[in-house]
Amino acid sequence: MGTRLASLVLLIAAWYGGSWLAGARLLPTPQAVALAIVEEARSGALLLNLGATLARVAAAFIIAMALGSVLGLIMGRSRLADRLADPWLIVLLNLPALVIIVLAYVWAGLTETAAIAAVALNKLPIATVTVREGARSLDRALDDMAQVFRMPAITRMRHVVLPQLAPYLAAAARSGLSLVWKIVLIVELLGRPNGVGFEIGIAFQLFDVTRILAYALAFIAVMLAVETFLVQPLERHVARWRPRPA
Amino acid sequence: MNDTSPAGVHDRLDIVIKQKAYRATSGGSLHVLDELAITLAGGEVAALVGPSGCGKTTLLRIIAGLDRDFDGHITLPAHGTLGMVFQEPRLLPWRTVEQNVRIAAPHAGEGELAALFETLGLSAHRAHYPGELSLGLARRVALARAFAVKPDLLLLDEPFVSLDERLASRLREELAELVRRRPITTLLVTHNLEEAVGLADRILFLCASPARIMFEVPLPCPRAVRGPEQLAALREDIARRLKEPAG
Repeated sequence: MGTRLASLVLLIAAWYGGSWLAGARLLPTPQAVALAIVEEARSGALLLNLGATLARVAAAFIIAMALGSVLGLIMGRSRLADRLADPWLIVLLNLPALVIIVLAYVWAGLTETAAIAAVALNKLPIATVTVREGARSLDRALDDMAQVFRMPAITRMRHVVLPQLAPYLAAAARSGLSLVWKIVLIVELLGRPNGVGFEIGIAFQLFDVTRILAYALAFIAVMLAVETFLVQPLERHVARWRPRPA
Repeated sequence: MNDTSPAGVHDRLDIVIKQKAYRATSGGSLHVLDELAITLAGGEVAALVGPSGCGKTTLLRIIAGLDRDFDGHITLPAHGTLGMVFQEPRLLPWRTVEQNVRIAAPHAGEGELAALFETLGLSAHRAHYPGELSLGLARRVALARAFAVKPDLLLLDEPFVSLDERLASRLREELAELVRRRPITTLLVTHNLEEAVGLADRILFLCASPARIMFEVPLPCPRAVRGPEQLAALREDIARRLKEPAG
């Protein structure tokens, strides 16, 4: 804990140092950024934009994780499905995020649906690949056990399959969350009238570095809260059966 | 219904396997089972004894419906509810002892489960996860799970292997007690003669590759009254017959 705090203090000190060297216009001091955050919060703009971005992150994340999990599970279990869908997956994996976003806007217009679909499509292949890896390593012995005891499909899913996939789902969720929010900002910059990405775009045009940092830091704080109060407790709950290291 | 009638056709386990072969990676096929016919009357406990790798586990997998790639047919007793104890406990590590049993047997009543846990000495371990149990305890949970489903057929694949002899014999007694309380048609696979003699009504000896039944030894009933001298005589008889050429 002490080391982490020292590291954080060092970061802020380096920030002050950098600001002194580069000048307040290129790199404003932490104080100035904190003040800007407070100001944006007072006017209500901060909450509105954070809310809009967070809603897009949640929607795209849920769609990508749900589709990716189902697809990954099917591809990990069936060789035919794997062979059929694998080339698609490789194409999607290697398609740059920007291309997907631009095409989505061109084909579906500058709409909310196009924005969320573009982000979800960017995240989908990685979630699929991760869950497929998990599905491939499912324990055959437990499968046999479930079959001998004639467990219904729902029971098998809930008590036999999902607990085995949990570490893979957690890995996909963790990497997915940070990827999704970064892509959401680009989508907002290119074609949405609100959100953190939109505000950063405006600030970029005005060369307002203070505002860029204010929004970036505010959103990082939100994602840190999501990680601490949502992701970590969930992970602890899922791993409660593992013997704890002494 | 007539209680005095002999065991109906539906109570029997019928196994007829004409042949079972594995395709070897080298291209040829490996004969594992050949012309095997076994019939178990309702409530009968039979032990299958044979050398390691002779196809005993394959046979159990076929009976359990896990392997359908064979010539022949299997008729399970009554409704075909299976209880199986595998060589390893095969518990769900992310569920507690009690959940493991309840997930397999969702219709088991609280009273029955409590009695089952009591008999197997698991009452204090209901809330434990399998990772916190010794192998002996984990095997007991596997037994509890198999009995909790009230099976029409109980399949035991070397259920006490790699336990020390004292613990194994205590578990054998508990198993015998459970079978005595509620007779279940049971097929026990083992290479431990002691285990077979202690639990079964009949012992079937298999010879290896392809597995066939060499001979069978009926055991005097009831199990409880088999004295040491009787067992010694049995062992001698079996040893003598094992030395004779097969066929």
